[in-house]
Amino acid sequence: MAKISQISGKRNGYFGALALVSILLGLYWGLVQAPPDAYQGEVQRIMYLHIPSILTAYLSFFLVFVGSCLYLWKREKRDDILAYSAAEIGVLFTALTIIEGSIWGKPTWGVWWTWDARLTLTAILLLIFAGYLMLRSLTEEENRGASSAAVLGIIGFLDIPLIHMSVYWWRTLHQPPSILRPDKAPWENIAWPLLTPLLLNLAAFLLLYFYLLSLRFRLGEVNEEIKALKLSRDF
Amino acid sequence: MEFLSQAVLLFKKDLLLELRRRESLLTMFFFGTLLLFVFHFSFDLAPDRIAEMAPALLWLAFLFTGTLGLAQLFEGERANHCLEALLLSPMDRGAFFVAKTCFNLVLMVLVEIVIIPLFWILFNLPNWELVPDLFLVTLLGTVGFCVLGTLFAAVTLKARARELLLPLILFPLMVPVILATIRCMEAILRNGELGDALPWLRLLVGFDVIFLTVGVLIFDWVIEF
Repeated sequence: MAKISQISGKRNGYFGALALVSILLGLYWGLVQAPPDAYQGEVQRIMYLHIPSILTAYLSFFLVFVGSCLYLWKREKRDDILAYSAAEIGVLFTALTIIEGSIWGKPTWGVWWTWDARLTLTAILLLIFAGYLMLRSLTEEENRGASSAAVLGIIGFLDIPLIHMSVYWWRTLHQPPSILRPDKAPWENIAWPLLTPLLLNLAAFLLLYFYLLSLRFRLGEVNEEIKALKLSRDF
Repeated sequence: MEFLSQAVLLFKKDLLLELRRRESLLTMFFFGTLLLFVFHFSFDLAPDRIAEMAPALLWLAFLFTGTLGLAQLFEGERANHCLEALLLSPMDRGAFFVAKTCFNLVLMVLVEIVIIPLFWILFNLPNWELVPDLFLVTLLGTVGFCVLGTLFAAVTLKARARELLLPLILFPLMVPVILATIRCMEAILRNGELGDALPWLRLLVGFDVIFLTVGVLIFDWVIEF
């Protein structure tokens, strides 16, 4: 019993408040403070959400991979909880990215969806990790589900470069990365008034991400504890 | 050597079972043919659209029949706790994976040997001389399908609704194989040779090699009880 109460919710609460404040600040900066883009006008402001959400999603899938490898290697429950939590939140952020991209795509490209390489890649990522969540929910045996999902987490991550290559050869319409380019430093490609809100929002999204992750991780831990308690009561 | 002889032994066991029962192969043949009929009822294949349509239709048929085969792949092991007995034996689990993949590959190749010419006959296609080349590309794609398919058939072995779950997991992961084979076949049908599509073929071979290796290494954790 002691263990559940030991986990302090307070620290998490401060963390969440910090995430909320930084998101509000980022929204204000991106929507009001920053000047509109010279070519795209007001629509471009969605970039302040679009880029942070996809970067957080990528981070999330990388964490799924790390958690999966660690779980198969060391068999510690917490690595599995980490992978599961990261997958759930990763799916959320990928779905958000696609929705934001659609909203931007309609006025800019004239269509909600197009079969461009990066759009396709993102959609496939969403499908792979949605499959991961389904696999988990459909496997009843606890440990079995964890190692099955870990295998999918690893294979899915290894498949990403190949999918990336194939859909790029297939077609490309999405503008190439305009900020993270190999030829120039990031700050030379974008004016400071636009970069500041972007970085601010990225920081805010990361805070939000780690807040959600810690909540979800704690939920997983508490679940484990409850199971253990139930077992010990039955004896 | 030990690894290979174990794999051969397990492969022979599956082959023998299939020869006696003829479950998977017959249903796959029948289903594949049925799909071709459905395609033919749905539309006419105009001669100028062959290069565009034929690879996609063929691969649809292979993917569906392949999924049907995968659903049955571990049924022999599921019955009567055979899997547990097999895992208790001092066997390299990588060999088990290789044997199952090969068995699955043999099934699919046998089906494809029938389906591709049948497709040519049913749709009255002219260029028969391209069929061997197309078959080679199909073979490389099928290896990729069998490798990941066998792996995830084993992963979903203990899941509820596994026949439904398997394609949901497998198809998104198969995107490189599907794209690469279809592009290669399209190039062959258009120009009579691979030409520009050579990078696609390399991607396909890379996919096969990478996931065969990963599969052998990771199978220890996939199949446990």
